Amino acid sequence: MASLARLQARSALLGHQYYFRNSVVDAFRKKENEAAGKIQSWFRGCQVRTYIRYLHRVVTVIQKWWRSYLGKKCYQNKIKLAYHDMKMNIYNAMAVRIQKRWRGYKVRKYGFNYYYFKEYLRAISETNDAVREALDDFADMREREEKKADLEREEKKRDYAARKMHYLLSTKQIPGVYNSPFRKEPDPWELRLQKAKPLTHQRPKARKKRPHSLSSWLACTSTRSFPRSHTLPPIDRKQCQGPFRDVSDVLKQRYKPLEPTMRVAEPINSLKEARIEFRRLELSRNVQENMFLPFSSYHKKERYIPSIHLSSKYGPDAYGYHRFRDESPNKWIGGKDFQTILPSFDLFSKYGKSYSKAGQIL
Amino acid sequence: MSQRQVLQVFEQYQKARTQFVQMVAELATRPQNIETLQNAGVMSLLRPLLLDVVPTIQQTAALALGRLANYNDDLAEAVVKGDILPQLVYSLAEQNRFYKKAAAFVLRAVAKHSPQLAQAIVDCGALDTLVICLEDFDPGVKESAAWALGYIARHNAELSQAVVDAGAVPLLVLCIQEPEIALKRIAASDLSDISKHSPELAQTVVDAGAIAHLAQMILNPDAKLKRQVLSALSQIAKHSVDLAEMVVEAEIFPVVLTCLKDKDEYVKKNASTLIREIAKHTPELSQLIVNAGGVAAVIDCIGSCKGNIRLPGIMMLGYVAAHSENLAMAVIISKGVPQLSACLSEEPEDHIKAATAWALAQIGRHTPEHARAVAVTNILPVLLSLYMSAESSEDLQVKVLPHDSKARRLFVTSGGLKKVQEIKAEPGSLLQEYINSINNCYPEEIVRYYSPGYSDTLLQRVDSYQPLTN
Repeated sequence: MASLARLQARSALLGHQYYFRNSVVDAFRKKENEAAGKIQSWFRGCQVRTYIRYLHRVVTVIQKWWRSYLGKKCYQNKIKLAYHDMKMNIYNAMAVRIQKRWRGYKVRKYGFNYYYFKEYLRAISETNDAVREALDDFADMREREEKKADLEREEKKRDYAARKMHYLLSTKQIPGVYNSPFRKEPDPWELRLQKAKPLTHQRPKARKKRPHSLSSWLACTSTRSFPRSHTLPPIDRKQCQGPFRDVSDVLKQRYKPLEPTMRVAEPINSLKEARIEFRRLELSRNVQENMFLPFSSYHKKERYIPSIHLSSKYGPDAYGYHRFRDESPNKWIGGKDFQTILPSFDLFSKYGKSYSKAGQIL
Repeated sequence: MSQRQVLQVFEQYQKARTQFVQMVAELATRPQNIETLQNAGVMSLLRPLLLDVVPTIQQTAALALGRLANYNDDLAEAVVKGDILPQLVYSLAEQNRFYKKAAAFVLRAVAKHSPQLAQAIVDCGALDTLVICLEDFDPGVKESAAWALGYIARHNAELSQAVVDAGAVPLLVLCIQEPEIALKRIAASDLSDISKHSPELAQTVVDAGAIAHLAQMILNPDAKLKRQVLSALSQIAKHSVDLAEMVVEAEIFPVVLTCLKDKDEYVKKNASTLIREIAKHTPELSQLIVNAGGVAAVIDCIGSCKGNIRLPGIMMLGYVAAHSENLAMAVIISKGVPQLSACLSEEPEDHIKAATAWALAQIGRHTPEHARAVAVTNILPVLLSLYMSAESSEDLQVKVLPHDSKARRLFVTSGGLKKVQEIKAEPGSLLQEYINSINNCYPEEIVRYYSPGYSDTLLQRVDSYQPLTN
């Protein structure tokens, strides 16, 4: 209890002291508060600043690392691209090399082969030379042949002249024109004359039988129309030149059967035959041939005067046709004069038949 | 009057007619008489004699008419107008061979003058009768009929078509195979005249199997026949590649090359025409000709001819060189260029020079090598002096000069540049462009040196120049 009493005694003091200390301290409290506040705020500020500093540092590190990561990534991309480019360039370069080689090869071998072309040109010039030579030879040969032919012709002419002049040959009595005694040796014509056979008189040429006029078919197909010589040619004669037509075609054409036109089919003396026919008909109709005598006595004295045409013994006068010929009956082979014929015209003879069918010989 | 005296009158008349017609026929052979005969009205007198009873008078009258119509246009027209043709055509079918020959002669004499007269002949139905005459046995008749058909077909394509439609072509091919040379000649010239107008007609001729026979006849020694055969083959070959190939398939090479060495000028000309027509179609055909040595033969042929005969050979070289540069090189190594330059310098005629310049241009235009080969022969100044061939020669020079310094030097020293400056061409024309490009190849002083009036400008400068120390 003592302590309690003491405390209670003190309590008033305490209270005063408490109040006093608190109020004294109050005066300093503000200051000390403020000072403490300042210190605290400064300290806090330092703290915060250090923290911020720390944060900055850390953030820098983070950023550094991030940026380096980014940079590396970028760099790697770049490297990849560059590498890619480099690879592609190398490929391209290699491809170009290959293409260069290949194109050179292709052009040289397939497009324009220089050696082949050179060879070709050489072959061309050789062919040209050969052709030129051959043509020159050909021209030379032709000239030679012509000269030979000329010489032969000259020779033949001279021979013929020698044959014609054979009588100029020198005889034992008289030296000939070409064998003058004053010459050392006889003229070459003399020798030619000696060798020449004298020409015989010209035989009357056997008249070549003219082929009949080819307007009549029978004449064409008869053997008389082909030319014949007296002596047959030798068998070993040169073969006839030329493209020959097929034998069956030729024979078919030559021995085509006769298709006479109306003009040919009619006999040429149809008029005369018609008259004979008419007379025959009359005869057949008449009972008797005597002419009717007039039964009236008035006409007994009258004589019947027949018409001119019936009473003449010469028949109808063919005016203007055969009078232009010489009439000497003693030269006639037969006893009759020429007949008058009136040929029919054949305007319609080929109607329905054509002469040939566009090139094929019928 | 007795019968004898009456008939004597008729005999005299007949003698008079015979004499008249024979004298007219004889007079008609001389051109100076024909005017007089025409003025005396001989046509109207001859017409009734064609219908005369006596065959000799008929034939001689036809012969006289033929000779008269042969002479000039008016008489031929008079024959047509006088309605003589139908009578001729009608009697052509039935008379003997002398009359047929004379009548075919008249038809030919009328047809040769102009297409209208030939059309008149076709209109009166002469073609069928002429074709019938082509089948006759007598070669003289065939020859005159073929000749008449040839003259008809010569004028234009319609008349040729009419001749072909009448069925003449197979008969002509048969005529070619006959042994008589004159007949072969005429038939060959007929085929040539028919096929020259159009490809269809040429095809018709080929279908009748003509090429084989024509090719065989190239070997014949007769010169006129060879002329016609070669002309026929070239008319066939000129139309299209197929026809040219068919002609080549008939194995004419290398036989045709011997024709280039023939003595006759026209055979050479026709042979080179044939080769030219074949070469101009495709490079393959030209190659064929080059491989067969044709180029050398043609070049020799050019060397041995003069004048118009050379022209087809020159053109053939141009065509061959135009196809490709290999062929142009082949022409160069066959020594074509010296020959062509010789041609150019020698020939007096303009069109031949133009053709030669064209051929040289074709050879030189492919590459600088070719152009140099052409330039080396010193031909450029000659080319320059030909204004007609200016285009092709400028073409050549434009190719040569930029590429080759030697050629440039040659050009200058031979006075070519001088001439180029002298050519006054309008600005803007092609010529001016060429001149500019040539001038660009040379340094300016040289161009100025050679331009006309340079000496004058120099003198002017001398005048205006005052010497410093005076």
